[in-house]
Amino acid sequence: MSAAKNTVSARATKAPSWWSRVLQDHSRAISGSFTQLVQKPIATLLTAFVIGLTLALPAGLDTVLRNLDIVGDSLQGSLRASLFLKDSVTPEQAQDLNRVLGKRPGVASSRLITREQALQEFKEHSGFGEALDLLKDNPLPATIVVTPDHHAPEAQTDALMKELVKLPEVEQAQLDEKWLQRLYAILDLVQQAVAVVAAALGLAVIIVIGNTIRLDIESHREEISVMKLIGAPDSFIRRPFLYTGLGYGLIGAVLACAMVAGVALLLASPAHQLADLYDAAPALHGLAPQAVGGVFGAGLVLGWLGAYWAVSRHLHLIQPT
Amino acid sequence: MADVVFFHRVTQRYYKGPQILREASFRLGEGEMMFLTGASGSGKSTLLRLIGSLTRPQTGQIAVLSQNISQLRRSEIPAFRRQIGIIFQNPSLLAERTVFDNVALPLVIRGHSGADIGRRVRGALDAVGLLNKEKAFPITLSGGEQQRAGIARAVVATPKLLLADEPTGNLDPEMAREVMQLFMRFNQIGVSVLVATHALGLIRHLPYRIAHLENGRIDIQSADDAAAPAIAEKLI
Repeated sequence: MSAAKNTVSARATKAPSWWSRVLQDHSRAISGSFTQLVQKPIATLLTAFVIGLTLALPAGLDTVLRNLDIVGDSLQGSLRASLFLKDSVTPEQAQDLNRVLGKRPGVASSRLITREQALQEFKEHSGFGEALDLLKDNPLPATIVVTPDHHAPEAQTDALMKELVKLPEVEQAQLDEKWLQRLYAILDLVQQAVAVVAAALGLAVIIVIGNTIRLDIESHREEISVMKLIGAPDSFIRRPFLYTGLGYGLIGAVLACAMVAGVALLLASPAHQLADLYDAAPALHGLAPQAVGGVFGAGLVLGWLGAYWAVSRHLHLIQPT
Repeated sequence: MADVVFFHRVTQRYYKGPQILREASFRLGEGEMMFLTGASGSGKSTLLRLIGSLTRPQTGQIAVLSQNISQLRRSEIPAFRRQIGIIFQNPSLLAERTVFDNVALPLVIRGHSGADIGRRVRGALDAVGLLNKEKAFPITLSGGEQQRAGIARAVVATPKLLLADEPTGNLDPEMAREVMQLFMRFNQIGVSVLVATHALGLIRHLPYRIAHLENGRIDIQSADDAAAPAIAEKLI
């Protein structure tokens, strides 16, 4: 009887503060979720691997784009302008112009290719050697190849290129930047495509986590029923599942970063060789710190959303019997 | 004596099924213990489920602990249920948790501290005679012990009202008597108790009112109120 009395008289004891309740509830939920994830390591890793792979794909594509961007920027340093001179320009005038251009601020070097040199090079490389001898006149113009100073600001280089094009001795100018602009346009397009793919894959992550949590809810049906019977609010029942969703997202993000880093490591050597060929930036860059933050943020947010979606859909279907 | 349960002209019919309650009415006073009897399928469980807000009433008025059950919002139900203790024939203990953890659940939900939980759970286990089984898992307990663990879980958070649906249904007579004595002990210290049972032999001589359910209606059989406390004390 006294034990029963003690049980009932405890009604009068001081209720725990709101903060300590919140703290305890969350620490219990985290501990419960962690235990659940650890208790079935294979299932947890398989789910997290799928999430990791799904997050790694857009993260990897983003890394590729970033590297191409860096390559583009470094190739912009080797930008050249080919100035085709008018036929009326004498070889002496061409020499003078070449000297003047070479001394201009913002110009790293300039090289004159005379009409004769151009014809000779064409004969050597085109395979039309003897056929070209039949021509009465040399059809090729004298050309000055101008290389801007790599250290000069981009705006100054652009202004220089525009000025060169307008020189009176110049018949036509060809800027090497065209293909670079095309590259940037393609990168922009691919970037948009990556955003769409990332959104679709984000939805896939929500569905994968949602379905996993749904199965977790089903396996805890009896426990949830008892919890509801003894007055557990939905937020209390929901909390461990939300933390489990966050856990899946977190582990998935770790795996995604590891996958991208692994692939970057594998491709480092061939990328170095390719960069050498193009005289571009030699290093292959892995995930940027912002991208790592993005992957972790996406993993956590999508994990939480997937879990919340599943819990909202299925929790109310379980009632005490 | 204020009413803990006010059950007034409640009619309940299951979807495409028979009418289970027909304008059934009764009251359970504060600190009162009452038995609910009737044949199988007479509506005892339905009545308890209505009081515990496990089923929504269709017509009539049900007030429990001064709250109108019909008007409870879904979000208010958990807080309401935390004021009452519910015991079923099957105690629904969670198999993968120890007896201690099962009994502690209502306190965990309420956010009690670890030390407080330990003190209260051991108090409840002591009250039902299971203090030595706190680390055991439900599967290792006998039917009577499981039922007592279920009772400990129902009372550990000190409810104002205890509802029990056929709590002795799976127990041998000796164990059933022990369980019934437990309810009487809790009632002695002020908890209102409503026990649905068809074990008439067990309750016939007990000094409590009996609400008999038949054809959806409730017939109240009074006890000798004046003699009740003395008889109960003797029985316990």
